[in-house]
Amino acid sequence: MKLVVVAGTPGSGKTSVLLHTIKALMRNEKRPAVVKVDCLWTDDDQRFKRLDIPVHVGLAKDMCPDHFTIYNTEEMLRWAEDEGADVLLSETAGLCLRCAPYPDECLAVCVIDVTTGPNTPLKVGPLLTTADIVVMTKGDLVSQAEREVFRERVLEVNPGCNIVEANGLTGKGAFELAELIRSGPDAVDNMLLRYNPPLAICSLCTGETRVARKHHMGVLRNLDGFMEYKGE
Amino acid sequence: MSEIINLTILGGVNKEGADEPIRSVEISSGEIVGIVGPTGSGKSTLIDDIEQLAQGDTPTGRTILVNGEKPDANIRVDPRKKLVAQLSQNMHFLADMTVEEFLQMHARSRGKDESLVSRVIELANTLTGEPIAPHHHLTALSGGQSRSLMTADIAVISDSPVVLIDEVENAGIKKQEALQLLAGEGKIVVVVTHDPVLALMSSRRIVIRNGGMVDIITTSQEEQNVCCKISEVDNWLMSLRETIRRGDIVEQVA
Repeated sequence: MKLVVVAGTPGSGKTSVLLHTIKALMRNEKRPAVVKVDCLWTDDDQRFKRLDIPVHVGLAKDMCPDHFTIYNTEEMLRWAEDEGADVLLSETAGLCLRCAPYPDECLAVCVIDVTTGPNTPLKVGPLLTTADIVVMTKGDLVSQAEREVFRERVLEVNPGCNIVEANGLTGKGAFELAELIRSGPDAVDNMLLRYNPPLAICSLCTGETRVARKHHMGVLRNLDGFMEYKGE
Repeated sequence: MSEIINLTILGGVNKEGADEPIRSVEISSGEIVGIVGPTGSGKSTLIDDIEQLAQGDTPTGRTILVNGEKPDANIRVDPRKKLVAQLSQNMHFLADMTVEEFLQMHARSRGKDESLVSRVIELANTLTGEPIAPHHHLTALSGGQSRSLMTADIAVISDSPVVLIDEVENAGIKKQEALQLLAGEGKIVVVVTHDPVLALMSSRRIVIRNGGMVDIITTSQEEQNVCCKISEVDNWLMSLRETIRRGDIVEQVA
């Protein structure tokens, strides 16, 4: 079973790119299944279902969506196995830019929207820097020069990645991405995350709603950059 | 970097998935080829296929050969080796930086010297009425300024043997000068256009319908004569625009 973890900023075109890629995979005799993780609500499963493939939705609700994805990875793989799939495409909600939901033995795909400007690759963090493949979307909305500058910025923060220029409307890039998935690694037991998640939990995670500083615990960082631990 | 090359477009399928009637088009260096057809017929898709050097791996299934051979995978993606420069329909900038910063970064991504930046700006200013300065913000440029800047960028920084132009006539820019500048010496120029001057300046034009290449028309002597006449009209219109832009009075019918 191949595991493909697809992350990216909201609205970057993850689902549209995946839809075209799934068609290309199926033309190559692969049997993909999709798990779509979102925070509160999604109807993307309807779009995937039209391709007549196994689709599962997971809503993280009160849990951190990346943690939810990681926590449920084994179960997702088991489900995909039961459905007779040989590629599991896990589309994450990907909201937090502090961590990255990629295990080591997966194909990590980061989808990023070129129209957000060439400074974005510097802001996205481990989601981008630890990805194997960076998919640049919406390139048709900017000039070739701007696409090339964006590409240069991506390579500055992730020099070893494969860059695929894709278009969720026309399907550009889908064949290339499907080829990279076909030659990607197989998922194994005892996988490790590529990147350390944020330091410990914070008091917001445990339900704190008061704004005043004295109520907050955990590893905390001041506006001036000073970091300290407060708690037991 | 204008080494002699030729491109071959091998036909794929139209929007219905049926084979397109034109199975092969060969374009040699120094040639300007037009792409014409109704809006939404797939002209830009053909341009995209050429830009990506498609190998049967795009929705159209077309294949692009360089000098009769399948191109190396590297030259498809690495901007430093790219054979193709593209002037696209979308010309408003989204990058929040100055003209100078952007051009420096683009020169770097193409492996070119950053000292080319001032030449790009100088050249751009010969194509547009409103001068561009290095400290101007990209996002504040007008449509005409953006197109001029990108045209000059392609001529100086991208400087690839193949230039693709998508609807250059849509903004306040001297289009014949722009085309001549881009065509340079020995380049292949493919231009998508509805504009009669640009379409007839090309030696041949590919007709697109319903996603497929359906015909190739060679520009006849008569069409070339028509082209000369409408160029004169076009230049006259351009000079009237300049007169009005300067705040002068239009005095006589030429």
